[in-house]
Amino acid sequence: MKIIVCIKQVPDTAEVRINPETNTLIRDGVPSIINPFDLHAIEAGLHLKSELGGTVTVLTMGPPQAEDALREAISMGADEAVLLTDRAFAGSDTLATAYTMSSAVRTIGFDIILCGKQAIDGDTAQVGPEMAEFLNIPHVAYVGKFEEINAGMLRVQRLMDEGYDVVETSVPVLLTVVKELNQPRLPSLKGKMKAKKSVIKKLTHPDIGTEEKNLGLAGSPTQVKNIFAPEAKKDRKVLTGTPGEQAAQLIEELKSLKCI
Amino acid sequence: MRIVVDNKLCTGCETCLSSCPYDAIVLKDDKAFINEYCQLCRACLEVCPEGAIKEIETGVGVEDTTDRDSFRGVWVFAEQRDGRIADVSFELLGAGRRLADAREAGLSAVLFGADNSEAERLIHWGADRVYHSEAPVFEHFNDEPYVELLSRLISEHRPEILLTGATPTGRSFFPRVAARVGTGLTADCTSLEIDSETGNLLQVRPAFGGNIMATILCPYRRPQMATVRPRVMKKGQYDKTGTGEILKIKADDIQSKTRVTETIKEVSETMVNLQEADVIVAGGRGLGKIEGFQMLQELAGLLGGAIGASRAAVDEEWIPYSHQVGQTGKTVCPKIYIACGISGAVQHLVGMQSSDIIIAINKNPDAPIFNVANYAIVGDVYEVLPVIIQKLKEVKGI
Ligand SMILES: Cc1cc2nc3c(=O)[nH]c(=O)nc-3n(C[C@H](O)[C@H](O)[C@H](O)COP(=O)(O)OP(=O)(O)OC[C@H]3O[C@@H](n4cnc5c(N)ncnc54)[C@H](O)[C@@H]3O)c2cc1C
Ligand SMILES: Cc1cc2nc3c(=O)[nH]c(=O)nc-3n(C[C@H](O)[C@H](O)[C@H](O)COP(=O)(O)OP(=O)(O)OC[C@H]3O[C@@H](n4cnc5c(N)ncnc54)[C@H](O)[C@@H]3O)c2cc1C
Repeated sequence: MKIIVCIKQVPDTAEVRINPETNTLIRDGVPSIINPFDLHAIEAGLHLKSELGGTVTVLTMGPPQAEDALREAISMGADEAVLLTDRAFAGSDTLATAYTMSSAVRTIGFDIILCGKQAIDGDTAQVGPEMAEFLNIPHVAYVGKFEEINAGMLRVQRLMDEGYDVVETSVPVLLTVVKELNQPRLPSLKGKMKAKKSVIKKLTHPDIGTEEKNLGLAGSPTQVKNIFAPEAKKDRKVLTGTPGEQAAQLIEELKSLKCI
Repeated sequence: MRIVVDNKLCTGCETCLSSCPYDAIVLKDDKAFINEYCQLCRACLEVCPEGAIKEIETGVGVEDTTDRDSFRGVWVFAEQRDGRIADVSFELLGAGRRLADAREAGLSAVLFGADNSEAERLIHWGADRVYHSEAPVFEHFNDEPYVELLSRLISEHRPEILLTGATPTGRSFFPRVAARVGTGLTADCTSLEIDSETGNLLQVRPAFGGNIMATILCPYRRPQMATVRPRVMKKGQYDKTGTGEILKIKADDIQSKTRVTETIKEVSETMVNLQEADVIVAGGRGLGKIEGFQMLQELAGLLGGAIGASRAAVDEEWIPYSHQVGQTGKTVCPKIYIACGISGAVQHLVGMQSSDIIIAINKNPDAPIFNVANYAIVGDVYEVLPVIIQKLKEVKGI
């Protein structure tokens, strides 16, 4: 079984702030991490391997520094790592990202592809399903539990707003996973040693047979026009005084809004 | 398009370095330099005091190949589960009507599954036309049949704008449709407008866990597709006498490689309460002890509201996970959200910041929760809340 886990290196958004005066991001020493959902995808990959045999390959598309994320995945137990890197990929939206990633996955060979539910920077949750479309294979999003695992069929729970669906799918398949699925393991000492020594395979645009017009900016129908700080409430009222006075003002406000 | 530093203007002041979420700006020979890690997020453009950071056209971009003018009309894909149309679909008909008017075009809905009376409701909520398939393959949600039929309809009828709810269903199959028809898709929008100059759809969405908002365009491909967050758009006018046409669409030849064998409803009462409540009283670590939630319960009881919580409060085991609001909990949008002893971490804010009115009670005047609050009460919850409760009882004559 050839299992591929797609991981993205992201800034830890919990620490990114916006400066309300200048309307810009402040990122002092914000660390780069493996997208949290992708840790669950790695764990799922290792679990599927233990059930079905085979290998786990981690794949990332990004700048050369994304190698750190791949080494971390190896230290958790992944067998091999592939870095997809080329200036031609710069500026990719989800469509171009999915096109490029699916071409790479085809080059590597695959049975099961695992992605995180979404990346915490772009937050779109689109790359996984779009990859499945380019590969012409089924996908199941929001996988929260494996019910049955066979070489030719998987039965999984897909989390919905109000409960879950039990979904059976044939293999090859792409799954996007949520954090309820498992508890990602920590890197082992042995893993860390292995990660240090591992050679990360690099693939570029000519290696994966991509067409230039579908890459990077040229292949990205969406454009980020501008970014801005979430609107601070313009009409904010600070209620001052003793607790009694604060409470009284609040009640008056709520009355005037006809909330009580 | 590329973002570059004008070396003649750059003074090497380093102001821009920390503005980049991707660490793509470095100092090279005492000047700022933007390296290949740049993701074109434009976060740095405004920061430079000298105006040295600029966007330049490189001539590389999406080719304008589609015959854009031949795409007309706004479509809303209406989601149904167990035969009932989800509320977000009616909200989108409200938003869709506004967009259609701005483009002087019609508004259509697409419905897979459910029966004719549901299709009629789409008309009562404002659709001029409904494309409806009652094929058995749509009894449960499977991505491939949805993708196949919707893509066929798009090719045939060429809508200019196509919207659906940013729900687990919409976020799962819409990306595949976009990839199949080769267009862009904007995720999880919170605002949609037509640019009066170009006629393009301006799609606003949160990114970086809600830390920033981005306006996204899809200027050269059609349809312009977006998933839209539930409970942010206002429903249109319901008109039981409204008329429109319902076109029945066949899908007998469509199959699926996935199969739903069971659908399990696991709606705890709190979940329903949270998402439908007009008032939510939420507690965080600042409550300090489990008993704090009893006080919140009393307040919620008086306001007919439900109880929410931050993850910290859930982690302390003061309240079950089903009450958690935020990135890894529920997204809520009540009329009133009262945050008690919650600091306002972004992961919490993304779950509640579109509430109509936010009241925050916190000891720390600099707590970020106050940035999103309409009413800020700086103080100790244990001093303020009991008085509020008491006064409410007086108002209500209890
Ligand atoms: C502010 C902003 C807003 C944006 N909005 C949009 C938009 O609305 N529509 C759009 O099409 N693009 C958008 N983009 C571009 C988009 O963020 C990038 O294309 C990004 O590379 C992939 O999207 P994501 O981060 O949302 O990933 P998601 O689709 O959320 O990622 C899901 C999963 O796919 C896998 N994955 C994703 N990217 C990679 C990768 N590079 N390497 C390996 N695995 C990966 C991971 O398993 C991940 O968990 C936006 C970019 C910015 C900066
Ligand atoms: C991937 C990820 C996902 C996450 N998802 C979520 C999520 O879904 N939801 C969520 O809520 N969090 C989430 N978090 C956690 C989030 O980052 C914060 O840690 C959490 O929201 C903090 O909860 P809090 O505000 O209750 O606690 P704290 O941040 O500790 O804040 C307590 C506040 O109470 C105030 N206070 C103390 N005593 C009093 C008093 N007597 N009276 C009044 N005020 C008082 C303090 O001034 C402080 O502001 C997530 C984090 C990560 C990394």
